[in-house]
Amino acid sequence: MTVLSSADSAPGASSGRLQASIRRGVLIDTIFGAALWAAGGLVLVILGTMIILLAYDGWPALRHFGMAFYTTATWNPVTERFGAMSMLYGTLVTSLIAVVIAVPVSFGIAFFLTEVCPQAFRRPIGVTIQLLAAVPSIIYGMWGALVVAPFIAAWLQQPLISGFGWIPLFGGPANQFSMFTAGLILALMILPFITAMFVETLESVPPMLAESAYGVGATTWEVFRNVRIPYGRTAMVGAGMLGLGRALGETMAVTFVIGNANRISASIFQPGSSIASVIANEFGEAEIGSLKLYSLLQLGFALFVISFIVLAVSRRLVRSRLD
Amino acid sequence: MNAMTSDSAALINKQRTESSIEGVRSRASIKNLDFFYGDNQALYDINLEVLDKRVTAMIGPSGCGKSTLLRILNRMFELYPGQRAKGQILLDGEDIIDAKTPAAATRAKVGMVFQKPTPFPMTIYDNIAFGVGLHEKLSKADLDQRVEWALRKAAIWEEAKDRLKTSALGLSGGQQQRLCIARTIAVKPEVILLDEPTSALDPISTSRIEELIDELKSEFTIMIVTHNMQQAARCSDVTAFFLLGKLMESGPTNDIFMSPKRQETIDYVTGRFG
Repeated sequence: MTVLSSADSAPGASSGRLQASIRRGVLIDTIFGAALWAAGGLVLVILGTMIILLAYDGWPALRHFGMAFYTTATWNPVTERFGAMSMLYGTLVTSLIAVVIAVPVSFGIAFFLTEVCPQAFRRPIGVTIQLLAAVPSIIYGMWGALVVAPFIAAWLQQPLISGFGWIPLFGGPANQFSMFTAGLILALMILPFITAMFVETLESVPPMLAESAYGVGATTWEVFRNVRIPYGRTAMVGAGMLGLGRALGETMAVTFVIGNANRISASIFQPGSSIASVIANEFGEAEIGSLKLYSLLQLGFALFVISFIVLAVSRRLVRSRLD
Repeated sequence: MNAMTSDSAALINKQRTESSIEGVRSRASIKNLDFFYGDNQALYDINLEVLDKRVTAMIGPSGCGKSTLLRILNRMFELYPGQRAKGQILLDGEDIIDAKTPAAATRAKVGMVFQKPTPFPMTIYDNIAFGVGLHEKLSKADLDQRVEWALRKAAIWEEAKDRLKTSALGLSGGQQQRLCIARTIAVKPEVILLDEPTSALDPISTSRIEELIDELKSEFTIMIVTHNMQQAARCSDVTAFFLLGKLMESGPTNDIFMSPKRQETIDYVTGRFG
């Protein structure tokens, strides 16, 4: 206001300076605004070119095989017969195993951290879990292949197969590299994310609400089950879905331990393959313009669509609060 | 010495039910109670008799320990490490803050209503049934009856009866607070603690809650913490004035407001500080 009034009272030189400075301000704002638009637009361009690449370059495979591409399990580069069924199966099975293992464990850790853990240990344990998320996936792969896989084969698969081998799900023989091993490694990799989101959800429960439940005589467990979990239920389901989304696309660690067999087995102890592991293994050998490359790109498109849907659903759930 | 301003004197005269405290028996006795937040002592040697089926108001400036006392009475402080109480609170001869008494048992006898409405993320019906189910196994019909009884007592039945199966979060703030009172009553406690129950409510909702308190004291012993001295004057039969963790003075509400004995009480009730 003072600037304007001084400009009014003294027209001439000072008014000219003022206008110049306003013009410069407008110019800077225009450039700044354009830069922001460019930055925001870049994201859309990147995502757009990805979708176009996958949809366009993957199309020949779909044209050649028709929907049979998704319903047959043959993957034979020699005869150039390509079907995605076994990778879709392997991807979904390993990711589901991962979520089924990771969600209850994350739940336990989150409950422990928010309710039971003494204040002094809360930070160290929380930081350790965060560090798990910082370990590169290739490290998980090597550790999984050299340490976890043999251990699982000897101490978990053997007893389960001898005890429950008649159930197809646990059919033998034992394999170090299997869909189960891959699922377990994936579980460890998505654990930190799910745990972090669970902790956040549990901590977002208003203390007074929890106290009210204690106030009518509920125990810690009853408060947890009837107030904390219902309060954050949708967000927790969303967190699990987000973990599922990460597990679907994880490549290196899975490639190391899944066994890379292009077949569908009822038993989770048998080797398999996932979309990401097949692409990682075979992309380098696929010639430009070959049906194999088109098929791999079509696989990539399928993975993109699945991950996109899972992510979209989970984001909706994480955001929505009760009412 | 008349410490009242004419304004608050008028409010005293509007007091709804003039309940005599002559000869009323004590329901709960607080004896030599000290309380600590870690190394900080928050309450010093509190001794107070809480009269049966009367309303006891606790007043005092922020941080004087009145809310702390409520949180001791139903053992809410035990949820937080480092907080501890020393002394006795006898309810029907039993020490309810003794570690040997299960906290859940104490909380069933001593219910609490908080500053803000805190409905559980459930239906209206389940909000009431939840607490009841923790302590009693009732048949469906009995439970229905209990829920209706509690909602009627809390004067919210008419508004809630057609939407019992809808989320309690859809109620207005004042309705939610009455639901929270109903939830507390449903467990059939002996003592009801109200921690500034109207601080988040508009004047109309506030007056409904105050009317409710007046009706509830025919069945329950009530302790209310309030920052609003008119509210204390309107609702309570006994008033206890706290300052810096000490119980300065307690007695019939009329006496505390009309003829307090201590200078600190006079200063506080006349609004000279606090």
